[in-house]
Amino acid sequence: MAAVTTELTTAPPKNQGARARSALRFRIGRAVLLVLFALFFAVPLLALIEFSTRSNDLTGPRTLEYWRYIGQDPEIRTALRDSVLLALITSVVALALLLPTMVWVRLRLPKLHRVVEFLCLLPLTIPALVLVVGWAPIYLWIAYFTPAQFDSSPVVLAFAYVILVMPYMYRSLDAGLSSIDVRTLAEAARSLGAGWFTVMARVIMPNMLSAVLNAALLSVALVLGEFTVASLLNYDNLQVVMNNVAQISSGVTVALAAASLMFVFVLLFALSFVGRRRPARVIAEEK
Amino acid sequence: MTETDTPVTAEATRAGVEVRLEGLRRQYGAVTALDGLDLTIKPGEFIALLGPSGCGKTTALRLLAGLEDADGGRVMVGDKDVTRLPTNKRDMGMVFQAYSLFPHMTARQNVAFGLRLRKIGETERNRRAGEMLELVGLSAQADRYAHQMSGGQQQRVALARALAIRPTVLLLDEPLSALDAKVRATLRDEIRRVQLEVGITTLFVTHDQEEALAVADRVGVMNAGRLEQLGPPTEVYSRPATPFVAQFVGLSNRIPATVNGSTADVLGAAVPVIPSSVDSGEGFALVRPEAVDLLPVTDGATGPLVGQVIATSFLGAVSRITVDLGPAGLVLAQMPTSQAGGFGSGSVARVTFRPDPVLVVKG
Amino acid sequence: MTSTPVDGEPAARSSRTGRRVPLSWLGVVPFLAYIGLFLLLPTVLVVVQAFADPDGRPTLDNVRALSESYVLTAFWRSIELSFVTALIGAVLGALLAYLLVSGPADGFVRRVATAAAGVLAQFGGVTLAFAFIVSVGNQGLITLLLQNIGIGASGGWLYQMSGLIVVYLYFQIPLMVLVFLPALDGVKPQWREATESLGGNSWAYWRHVAVPLLTPPFLGAFLLLFANAFAAYATAAALISQGGVIIPLQIRAAITSETVLGRENVANALALGMVVVVAVAMALYSWMQRRSARWLR
Repeated sequence: MAAVTTELTTAPPKNQGARARSALRFRIGRAVLLVLFALFFAVPLLALIEFSTRSNDLTGPRTLEYWRYIGQDPEIRTALRDSVLLALITSVVALALLLPTMVWVRLRLPKLHRVVEFLCLLPLTIPALVLVVGWAPIYLWIAYFTPAQFDSSPVVLAFAYVILVMPYMYRSLDAGLSSIDVRTLAEAARSLGAGWFTVMARVIMPNMLSAVLNAALLSVALVLGEFTVASLLNYDNLQVVMNNVAQISSGVTVALAAASLMFVFVLLFALSFVGRRRPARVIAEEK
Repeated sequence: MTETDTPVTAEATRAGVEVRLEGLRRQYGAVTALDGLDLTIKPGEFIALLGPSGCGKTTALRLLAGLEDADGGRVMVGDKDVTRLPTNKRDMGMVFQAYSLFPHMTARQNVAFGLRLRKIGETERNRRAGEMLELVGLSAQADRYAHQMSGGQQQRVALARALAIRPTVLLLDEPLSALDAKVRATLRDEIRRVQLEVGITTLFVTHDQEEALAVADRVGVMNAGRLEQLGPPTEVYSRPATPFVAQFVGLSNRIPATVNGSTADVLGAAVPVIPSSVDSGEGFALVRPEAVDLLPVTDGATGPLVGQVIATSFLGAVSRITVDLGPAGLVLAQMPTSQAGGFGSGSVARVTFRPDPVLVVKG
Repeated sequence: MTSTPVDGEPAARSSRTGRRVPLSWLGVVPFLAYIGLFLLLPTVLVVVQAFADPDGRPTLDNVRALSESYVLTAFWRSIELSFVTALIGAVLGALLAYLLVSGPADGFVRRVATAAAGVLAQFGGVTLAFAFIVSVGNQGLITLLLQNIGIGASGGWLYQMSGLIVVYLYFQIPLMVLVFLPALDGVKPQWREATESLGGNSWAYWRHVAVPLLTPPFLGAFLLLFANAFAAYATAAALISQGGVIIPLQIRAAITSETVLGRENVANALALGMVVVVAVAMALYSWMQRRSARWLR
């Protein structure tokens, strides 16, 4: 009879009882409010797209010039390449660091579970801005040891970004690990003669595919949108360059913003719809 | 639908009011949940509505509670038409399937809540809440929160809460279905005890026939928005009015039979027939397993009622034995375990029928 | 990392491995080393440097800088901004979440809105700033539309506190929806029906049941939103390119300052102050979580 209760709110009975009337009023009010909310969230996004295709202000003719410029400007192209590279490196390093550790803790060191969880979620509590202040002296050392030809390449930001993506990655992987019996799977594989590497690569990973994918996509989205750390440590990633270009041509910036936004939207929408499991809750520090 | 008058029992003198549902109809889109339901609950009577899910029993209860609007028909409580009255003005105590206790209140606060809404002073309301908790045997748990109590205890508190406002009618919406079997049986008897003690008119909705038969004064069997039969438990069980009732309540064998007036020829045996059966001709007799007896066959006799035992299942005090009657199909017999010893798998037995009236339905 | 054997069966362990520290601990060394170097060390550095002068000598000068009036003003504004956006965000987000749960559970609106909230809650920075500049900035879509129909609108407010508030709401409301939806889903329809059957009207239900039940999760979510806004940097930085209206921008000024030498460590003190505020909010948050968990499980 559960259907009955939901039915109440969606389909008012045909007779015009007080309940039916107030249900109708509620539905109209609900629709109006939802439209208002939708407007608040849609207008800025629509304005981005509108402005990226107008040559002057709103009265100017349509143009795709700014969009074309994204692909031509060498500075933007470098930043785009570096940011994508950075996103990939961050995802891979964070996965390589976290997944084996989490599996190992589950199998052999259950007592460390709370400690690892605490450490992984810690970056949620410490603002990225604070971490930047602490990273500054460390990055002086990193810059000192970086070979000259890679000088000022933002790829070294990966060290910091791994920390930033850790909470989200941890939640996603933890959800994945909780849904499979890691211990039994590992013991079964070990009893068949598999080494630890094989257990990880051939047994755990395939069963965790959606969680791993989830975690990786989240990290990519996060890194592509990161501004705080890069700008304050003076590295040129996508967002920093976008901000710089704004001083010269707002049209290109707007097109770039629209492009990067669409990319992240597609990424995350794919995540929430395609992945059967719901993504770990995202509360980014990137504001 | 048939309604049989029950002899007026001692309970009928209790303080409860009469409740009448008259031609209640309710439609959900294309689905008809209630198709003109008429039901009269006598003062102080305990009626159980029994049926499969989607049969309309819960809808009937919710219409009586005022939680939904009827598309047609009337709800009468005593002499008052309450059809248009909102739930909070109807004065009906309700116990839900589960999770209905307010989680931020203790058991006592839950029970006192209805009294608080009626602006009754704190001392008075705590006194009455205490009384109610004592009635359901939970005085010791008065200060616990819902999650600190077992499912059975939570439902007792819910019962106390419903009764604390001294309602005119008590509505029970599958209150036992979320509990495990043992708790279910005790709580079932507990609900009946409390109901008799308070003497309140009660409507109990369930899909569990055992529950309905065990506690109710009268049982109403519902199907597809209609009341198929309303009567005392023994009658619903032993004299089912329709094929649906016969099949839904208890187990039934379907055995080919021919009706001749007031008796039926069931594989050669003459058995009395319930009047609502098919008038004459071929059909199937619906025979309860406990109306089937077995006799050992040792002399190699044959006949349509002789067959081989293919399975026996031990259910404690009783056992069920499956006999293969060849072309007539399988017949299930139920008997005290002490008598079932001679009918092991592979043995041959003769089936006989007790002279209880059976329902014969069209194939 | 401690070198004493864990409680339990130290004897059995050491007889098997022959060491005081079990071999299995080696498996977590890379992780702990990384965390130590890039998470714990920077945090410690912030604290240590907050109490050190540029030459590494201990001093209280940096912390004393926190009491200067412009810093206090910035702190106050940060708290104000976070409080206001958390409050408005929590109220509007709770309203939106309620609108979503009152519809069909697996309906199109709810699914799209939940997915969008997941995206928008972490949306921020340069992109968000530009989205608002082109909407309600001086040359923005809405501003121009209003001017066309004769309403004298300007976009100057966007680059001040009022602008920050509106822009922050853009990620605060979705975050509230994400955090508050589960709490609303935990509210059983039976509670309303039970209230009605006990003689209560809609007002009684909200007053005695829904509001008391939802208050702890609401306050918890509010604190989370507060910490979220307080820690936010990128959006403000992109919108307001100079000055130190709020603490995060003060930190930027202190880090990038080239005019006043020796100011770097003031950044550490400012960061320390931020950590304290966020830590208080988060501690209250987890306390609230535990409190509401007692009821909703």
